Amino acid sequence: MNILVCVKQVPNTQEISIDPETNTLIREGVESIVNPYDGYALEAAARLKDKNKAIKIYALCMGPSQAEAALRECLSTSADEAYLASDKFFAGSDTLATSYILSECIKKIESLEGIRFDMIFCGKQAIDGDTAQVGPQIAECLDYPQITYGLTCEIKDGELHVLKETEEGKEILAVSFPCVVTFTKPNFEPRLASAKRKFAAKKMEIKRIGVTDLDGIDRAKIGLKGSPTQVRKTYVPQVKKGGTVFRDGPPEVAAAKLAKLLVDNTVVKDIE
Amino acid sequence: MGMATKDLWVFIETRPDGTPKNVGLELLNPGRRLADAQGGKLVGVVIAGDASIAAKAAGDHGADCVITIAGPEYKHYSTDAYTAAFTYLIKKYDPLTVMIGATTNGRDLAPRVSCRVGTGLTADCTELSIDENTGSIAWTRPAFGGNIMAVIFCAQHRPQMGTIRPGVFKKPALAARDVDVVKERFCFDAKNIRTRIVEVLAHAGEKVDLEGAEIIVTGGRGLGEARGFEVIRKFAKAIGAEVGASRAAVEEGWITHAHQVGQTGKAVSPKVYIACGVSGATQHVAGMSSSETIIAINKDPNAWIFSIADYGIVGDLYEVLPVLEKELRSILAR
Repeated sequence: MNILVCVKQVPNTQEISIDPETNTLIREGVESIVNPYDGYALEAAARLKDKNKAIKIYALCMGPSQAEAALRECLSTSADEAYLASDKFFAGSDTLATSYILSECIKKIESLEGIRFDMIFCGKQAIDGDTAQVGPQIAECLDYPQITYGLTCEIKDGELHVLKETEEGKEILAVSFPCVVTFTKPNFEPRLASAKRKFAAKKMEIKRIGVTDLDGIDRAKIGLKGSPTQVRKTYVPQVKKGGTVFRDGPPEVAAAKLAKLLVDNTVVKDIE
Repeated sequence: MGMATKDLWVFIETRPDGTPKNVGLELLNPGRRLADAQGGKLVGVVIAGDASIAAKAAGDHGADCVITIAGPEYKHYSTDAYTAAFTYLIKKYDPLTVMIGATTNGRDLAPRVSCRVGTGLTADCTELSIDENTGSIAWTRPAFGGNIMAVIFCAQHRPQMGTIRPGVFKKPALAARDVDVVKERFCFDAKNIRTRIVEVLAHAGEKVDLEGAEIIVTGGRGLGEARGFEVIRKFAKAIGAEVGASRAAVEEGWITHAHQVGQTGKAVSPKVYIACGVSGATQHVAGMSSSETIIAINKDPNAWIFSIADYGIVGDLYEVLPVLEKELRSILAR
């Protein structure tokens, strides 16, 4: 069986801060990482492979040349092959254009490798854009069934059983192959790279796909101009200024004031 | 494709028993303002096993008209059946704008529909307005973990679509009245639903309604251990509050994700938000900054949460919460 994992290289948004003078994002010195949710998707694929060594894992990333680093990281943990979709015509794509490009890349890889992907795994969303749209839109472009918010999965009786998060709790959904599954954070961390794999990954070939490799792609539907949505502007959200802080003294004094406030504003009317 | 309309559609998402989730009704609030600005009708869309309960609720909360598709194949949400039904309606009626709640199912459905229709979709919006020059919706949403807000336009494609975060808007006032219900028939052969529910594992006996809560007491990493939520729960129960949690607390495994507030959890706007041992990471603040009053209790005098709180107490929550409860009891006993 073959699994394709889609990964995105993102800035570590936990490290991003706002310049109070200019009110803009400080991006300098912020490291680029593999989107953590894509890491969970890759780990889900690796766990299937742990049980069935015949499974082959491919990683696909769309981005600039630097995104090769993200693919090498995937190779150093669990991916067997890596493809980078990189072209100036791809730049500025919104989710619809991105999923169209990725779905065309998936078809191209299938024809190059002479295989069919049984499963396409993605992170539920990327931590920079937070849209959660690319996975389902890839599924739609390929006309595959989808399961979103996956936690873990296993192959059972020729189907994929996916434990997924819902608002009410969790449920197990079964889906036939080929399918698209997006993953959220499970209660374990992905495996780390071994020194041996890390070394090998440095030398492995990362194959490139550009727009000219995609026969029949409609260039009017890709890139900034081919994207139906466009970012008109960005701004830093205003957070309200802090109020009264009781910094020292016994907690009774502060608690008494807050208790009075809660009762006076009829927020707390009754106590059990 | 039918005649293009100026109508604005709100998806009234339902539970398997046919009752509407809050978010669809909430969206009728900004929906009214935007539909009027567009010069079209505010239309509720219900796809369900039995659509009657949700259709009535949509009318009672201000929809001008409701379009329904009902059938046993829609009792439980499935990507395949819902996408087909929703796309059928869009192609038939050609609305100008479609809004869907950014629930787990909403975020599963909306990208699939937008891709099948071939139009743009903006995810997880928290502010909505209309651009007077073009008539396009200005879909506004947090990005980069809540560090920036992005304003997104879908200028050339129709319908323009967006998912909107639950809990951001208040439900419109209830006014029971008769509403036009258009019952569409669209059958989707259950054999063509390519996913199958094997097992439903609900949180046993636990119902978390953060969006509807007037008071939320939230625990963060500062609790130090799972036991901290026993203290939080006891206090919350006493004052009739719901229990929230930061991402850090959920990731520690102290409490389930259903309680999580923030960018990757629920967005809430209660009357009072009491943050205990919460540092105030941007991604958390993105989900609770619109609370009317924010109270922070934290041992760390430099915690960022104090800079956004209306009232703060620098202290150990294990000492402060019992004292606060005692003070409340003594005031209310008078």
